[in-house]
Amino acid sequence: MTVTEPSTHDHPDFLQHHWDTPKQQFEAGKLGMWLFLATEVLLFGGLFVLYAVWRGNHPEMFKFGSQFLDTKLGAINTAVLILSSLTMAAAVTMAQRNKRGALMILLSLTLAGALTFLVIKYFEYSHKFHEGYYPGMKFYEPPGSGSLSWDNDPTPMVHGAAAAHATEAPSPLVAANFVMPDAEPTTIAPPVVAPAGVSQEALDALYDDIVAEHHDDHPVHPLQDPNRPDNAHMFFNIYFLMTGLHGIHVSAGVIMLTWLLVGASSIPDRWPQITRFFLLKRSFGADWFTPVDLGGLYWHIVDLIWIFLFPLFYLI
Amino acid sequence: MTTIDTSKPIPDPAGPAEDNYLTHSSGIMSWLGTLDHKRIGVMYLVSILSAFFVAGMFALLIRTELMMPGEDFLTQDQYNIMFTLHGAIMVFLVIIPSVPASLGNFVLPIMLGAKDVAFPRLNLMSYYLWVIGAIFAVSSIFLGGVDTGWTLYVPYSTRTDAAMGGIIPVATAVFILGFSSIFTGLNFIVTIHRLRPPGMTWFKMPLFLWSIYATGILQVMATPVIGITVVLLMIERTFGLGIFDPSLGGDPVLFQHFFWFYSHPAVYIMILPAMGIVSELIAVHSHRHIFGYRFIAFSSVAIAIFSFLVWGHHMFLSAQSPLINVVFSAITFSVAIPSAVKVFNWLATLYKGSISLNTPMLYGLSFIFMFGIGGLTGLHLGTLATDIHLHDTYFVVAHFHYVMMGSALIGMLGGLHHWWPKMTGRMYTEFWGRIACGLIFVGFNVTFFTQFVLGSLGMPRRYQDYTGPGWSETTTALYHKYHFVSTMGSYIMALGFFITAAYLIHSLFRGRKAPANPWGGRSLEWQCSSPPPHDNFSSAPHVGDCYDFSVLEWDEQEQGYHWRTDLKHEPGEA
Repeated sequence: MTVTEPSTHDHPDFLQHHWDTPKQQFEAGKLGMWLFLATEVLLFGGLFVLYAVWRGNHPEMFKFGSQFLDTKLGAINTAVLILSSLTMAAAVTMAQRNKRGALMILLSLTLAGALTFLVIKYFEYSHKFHEGYYPGMKFYEPPGSGSLSWDNDPTPMVHGAAAAHATEAPSPLVAANFVMPDAEPTTIAPPVVAPAGVSQEALDALYDDIVAEHHDDHPVHPLQDPNRPDNAHMFFNIYFLMTGLHGIHVSAGVIMLTWLLVGASSIPDRWPQITRFFLLKRSFGADWFTPVDLGGLYWHIVDLIWIFLFPLFYLI
Repeated sequence: MTTIDTSKPIPDPAGPAEDNYLTHSSGIMSWLGTLDHKRIGVMYLVSILSAFFVAGMFALLIRTELMMPGEDFLTQDQYNIMFTLHGAIMVFLVIIPSVPASLGNFVLPIMLGAKDVAFPRLNLMSYYLWVIGAIFAVSSIFLGGVDTGWTLYVPYSTRTDAAMGGIIPVATAVFILGFSSIFTGLNFIVTIHRLRPPGMTWFKMPLFLWSIYATGILQVMATPVIGITVVLLMIERTFGLGIFDPSLGGDPVLFQHFFWFYSHPAVYIMILPAMGIVSELIAVHSHRHIFGYRFIAFSSVAIAIFSFLVWGHHMFLSAQSPLINVVFSAITFSVAIPSAVKVFNWLATLYKGSISLNTPMLYGLSFIFMFGIGGLTGLHLGTLATDIHLHDTYFVVAHFHYVMMGSALIGMLGGLHHWWPKMTGRMYTEFWGRIACGLIFVGFNVTFFTQFVLGSLGMPRRYQDYTGPGWSETTTALYHKYHFVSTMGSYIMALGFFITAAYLIHSLFRGRKAPANPWGGRSLEWQCSSPPPHDNFSSAPHVGDCYDFSVLEWDEQEQGYHWRTDLKHEPGEA
């Protein structure tokens, strides 16, 4: 990588005043990006710990919940993201080699991958919402306490509204769970299967019949099934939290890729001045490709996080 | 390029000295949109001191309420809101950003010999994130307040009705301020890695930079966890997910783990930069080479690493397993080792030094004294058996005030007085500086040492009252005595702070013009003029041993130090 043009062009226009050489500026940007990625890992790390704690204490809940996820769609999404990571890596190389046409094609492919992922995720989410597996207290109900009527109950589950609702129509759901100051503390039944030392065979045997039942034609809603494990909704809470935060990062990636794509094309002079404030002042080339490089790093970590999320929720 | 004549470290007074960073450009927008690290540092300083004033007023109200038994002028709810905001503002808005973002921003690039921090725009953005966070935090008062204590423990924070309006704004503020802190830390780490000029090796850096570096690691590595925690808290409160709330099947201790995984390292985010300042103060004002440079440097990094491994000592009584408690207790004790390394090295530096008892030095010495008390009482709390008795009493309150205020803020005040001539170009009145420092020192110890006794006698923290049913008359009378003394101490301290504010503001208008090097410091910031020029250095400065004071001599006419006239060479090279 040759970045330092000797003396005559001592300070290229992209070099900020406090740097000596473009190489120094580039390396600082790269170090900064790696540190930012470290914060991303820790941000997700909190949720991974959450996952580990809940899975460690309640493996049956995850066993039960994961059967409602569509492995096929998840696998397609994984492939899409890995491919887009490949095109992103190639795009960085093309930027370094000053090949604008190839750079734009590869960035467009990456962007297409990001959008495909989001579209597939949208269908997955909307299916879950349609079925009622969304986060929140909608389906928290101790097993065996009667049928849930949440499909007919439009009350939003914020505390104040729920409390008001409780005074006029004390449904068992509301009375048991939402009016905390007056309610008896809810005792949590021990898990159906002891968390520690539970064998895989035992789990399989326990849930085979549940799976068999619901893969027929949904005679009863799975989350209303009296035989489901306690707190089964927690699986979907954690699923939506983790994939949701990841989805936000993919969306940020879409914005970033669009921005890079505009930066890679030449900006027409007739565009108003204000657009130049938001867009890059200069297009990429062999001497300056920092945004593509850093954007690539970001896109890889988004990909990497999904590679962990996919097996954790869909496969195991 | 590497050999710059250091025999004249002070720039020519007729030339560029006239154009300093304050006069470089004018107008309100030249400040609000500035990318100059010095101006951003000053803006941070003003904002942080304003927040300190607000939170300090809350503290005075709390102390006044506690002076007499019974409900005097604050209702219980108001009292709860008051101490919560006192804690939240002091921690998130004042002490965490105090040294790195204000003094660090100003001094770090100059000490390093750089023109600016690595990412000036990110630096400005970090400031505005602080402002937005401050607006959210303060707005919570008008939205119903928060009464959970600054720790926001669940299920109280997800259930309590009194805090209905305030929790979400405060949690949002914590999230935004976290990003502000991350960006500052990230910026400083990259600056120290990539902007050291030729000759500035790691072990030639002033110790303040080492401590800022260690702080940066903590800011980058710990803060994201509190970010995700408060997001979970907000979602839990809004939708009732059941992650933390035990009545919904959640795990409240998990929240405490998440919270303290950040908030214990945060204690070191607060104290490490202050320790770095004290390393500078002790060496410069006793005019003696710092003792054990590498030990102090590495102890900063060691503290940063240890601090990630001790969070569980906040939860000895939160149903952790006994084994975990013992492990956390043992690791907690080991933090004492690098801390003591620092203290003994400072004392060894003082030994046979020629000590000037300037205001900054008085703050430096106060730091050592109060950090000693604050640190050693931490051992009482880290011991499992005594912690059961002292947990959630005023002993804890006194302990962390000795560390956070008696050490972190006193260190910040020392740094402020040390670099005030450099930042403003004006000298403050030394006489009033010493008086105020004495008042703050005495007031602080009167306020908080009594609370050690109060706590060991059993007075619980966060109580608005200590009389009425359930309190025997003798208990009330006993606690009243200590509370009364403690409140008196807080008034003395407040007087000290008001005097400080008065003479510092006075110095801006009437202060004597500051020389380039009023204290005899050797690090690079004393080589540029006071206040520094816009670009810090016209050419790359030469880096010597920043603790070798033998090359400087006092100039009576200039009222400052300059390079010894009889020296031809840079002594480090000769």
